[in-house]
Amino acid sequence: MDADRRALTRRPVGIDLPRAVRVGLLAVPFAFLGVFYAWPLLTLMAEVVDGSTIVATLRRPGLAQVLWFTCWQAVVSTACTIAVGLAPAYLVARWDFPGRRVLIALLTVPFLLPTVVVGAAFIALLPDRLERSAFAVVLAHVFFNVAVVVRVVGGVWSQLPTDLIAAARVLGASPWRATREITLPLLRPALVAAGSIAFLFTFTSFGVVQILGGPARATIEVEVARLATQLGDVGGAAVLSVIQLALLAAIVGLSARTQRRAAVSIGLRVQTTPRPRTARARAAVFAAAVTTAALVAAPMISLALSSVQPGGRWSLVAWRDLGRPTTRPGADLGVDALGALGASARAAVLATVLAVAIGALAALAIASTRAGGRFLDIGSMLPLGTSAVTIGFGMLITFDHAPVDWRGEPWLVPVGHALVAVPFVVRAALPVLRARPLGWREAAAVLGASPIRAWWEIDVRMLRRPMLVGACFAAAVSFGEFGATTFLSRSGEETLPIAIARLLGRAGDIPRAQASALALVLAAATTVVLVGIELLDRSSSPARSSLTPSSPAHSGGDDARRS
Amino acid sequence: MLAVRDVSVRFGARTILDRINFELADGQITALQGPSGCGKSTLLRVIAGLLAPDEGGVELDGHDITALPPHRRHIGLVFQDDQLFPHRDVAANIEFGLRMQRMPSAARAARVAGLLELVGLDGFGRRSVTSLSGGEAKRIALARSLAPAPPLLLLDEPLTGLDVALHDRLADDLHRVLRATGTTALIVTHDPAEARAIADRVITLAELSNGAA
Repeated sequence: MDADRRALTRRPVGIDLPRAVRVGLLAVPFAFLGVFYAWPLLTLMAEVVDGSTIVATLRRPGLAQVLWFTCWQAVVSTACTIAVGLAPAYLVARWDFPGRRVLIALLTVPFLLPTVVVGAAFIALLPDRLERSAFAVVLAHVFFNVAVVVRVVGGVWSQLPTDLIAAARVLGASPWRATREITLPLLRPALVAAGSIAFLFTFTSFGVVQILGGPARATIEVEVARLATQLGDVGGAAVLSVIQLALLAAIVGLSARTQRRAAVSIGLRVQTTPRPRTARARAAVFAAAVTTAALVAAPMISLALSSVQPGGRWSLVAWRDLGRPTTRPGADLGVDALGALGASARAAVLATVLAVAIGALAALAIASTRAGGRFLDIGSMLPLGTSAVTIGFGMLITFDHAPVDWRGEPWLVPVGHALVAVPFVVRAALPVLRARPLGWREAAAVLGASPIRAWWEIDVRMLRRPMLVGACFAAAVSFGEFGATTFLSRSGEETLPIAIARLLGRAGDIPRAQASALALVLAAATTVVLVGIELLDRSSSPARSSLTPSSPAHSGGDDARRS
Repeated sequence: MLAVRDVSVRFGARTILDRINFELADGQITALQGPSGCGKSTLLRVIAGLLAPDEGGVELDGHDITALPPHRRHIGLVFQDDQLFPHRDVAANIEFGLRMQRMPSAARAARVAGLLELVGLDGFGRRSVTSLSGGEAKRIALARSLAPAPPLLLLDEPLTGLDVALHDRLADDLHRVLRATGTTALIVTHDPAEARAIADRVITLAELSNGAA
């Protein structure tokens, strides 16, 4: 068999796609990424080459404060997220109870909500004097990222062999001692991984800080947007963007190293989660589950209440007036809420079509070419590692002069969204394509299919379901995208997140209630799309454990709310 | 109908097939028997066109087909691990080759029904191929390969990995189906008993090598 198998690895004749087709497949995604990702990024860096700009920016008095706030809020948010997240992670990983799957889903929802929705929800939840504070920022970050701890740490926890704990217990360890000496060390790699993700997200946080931070508190992201859009200091913003890129690269490198070091090999396997047996245990599990659900739901419930309670009195005026920018003569909100819904829908449709087309071509190209495919594989992931603010800012300063003056084009915002969404589409498609054995193409060939026909019948046809999942992701990304849109949005064509942020910036009860109403609409739109993903995902793999973050829907979900 | 002439396949310094020569007669069922790893599957892949030989050539009905890509050869191949397309149901798998021949859909449906009956799986058309048992999947793979009515059918260890009772029943069925369709067949197997049970003639690679036969 050995000889046979080795011979089989030699490329068979008449099976590969013709070279021209392969090159054609590669060309479109490369061109798209080149024009809309690489070129703006290079423009941004060219902006920085000028030494005097660097010096001027570094001498700016507020810079140290921005860097300090960015770092400390990220550290505190991460620590709090881990501390808070361990309890629900333990609950859903170690106990089975009615509604467990629902609770896991509920815990995951905040992570996938648009940042603007979470900002609006915490404004609705917190008392006035706390609503724009460092406390609010940290709280919102914890709300967001607890899902990471539940998924990543809970996923490992649910598969830790229970007999390891039993072994410690029969050797005389108390429950607490066994937890400290066995469970926690074994969970360490997962804790490091979850902490790294949470840190990365909070370090680059834009929407939450923009809305909840108030004027005195800015992360690097927020400062870039402020310099560029409010002060017109393009050079300064570019310097900060590049600093941000460098810091991000350093953090990713460091966390990858830490995670490698923390790795422990344990025989993970699916354990049966027991139901609580005694009445006391049942009550404790029940109370914990209800408390968790209540805490997760509270911000969203406040959001709903605030939309029907402008100024503390029950009223549907905010909902009724959604379509009317002028609430009473002389009082113009300056935001057309229904118009924003239409703009968001238009942007989402175009962004989804673009992202699916580019993502599908990229995935097909990666799956059927070697060197070029590997290059594109990495290239198509880069927009994920770049903050949306950097992407939007780069596009803004690149496409502002003839012949590429595209600032007024209605497709520029959808292109920005598509850029952020393409990695999700590619990640949804690639595992499916990579899993197809060479044998299928060979079988098609001996049944009379030409290489192109076999590729069409197998590769392209197999993409149907992943492309549906990818389309849902792209739509969700587009609906919630805030960072890049901040730069690219045209007046009169504001998307929902932009409109919500504007309304939150206005004084008065009605704008605030309208912001809550719009945020609910946005949350509903996002939820519908994400439920679509979950259903598609479930029907494709019914046996999947709800806690194992194996499918692209979950590993990819990481950035769905990046904005 | 099939003639293999001086076929050699080397992989690096290792010679897997060394100047293989043999011919198959029309309608004959031949078993190519030999131990695992002797290059039997490699030979099938050369005949099917999935692997180019380093030397030598393959002739079908007097025409040299060595340079012809697999989809133009009209040679059927039943893969050792079936290679059914999981994103298509049973009927769509069987009619794949017919669609490649542009057969109209009514005719395709009739042929698929006939083939399902032939392999004893009436009414399986709408099933998902992932729901099939090992024996069922093997029968569907056979039906799919027979559908375009290839003049020559190659079978790579078609009965390996099945339990004993199923193995014997399927061996009988295989013989019956190949006889009924009058297909010329070359079956690769490591099992001498199986070779004798299905085939009219049993050959080994050793006797074909270096122009010995």
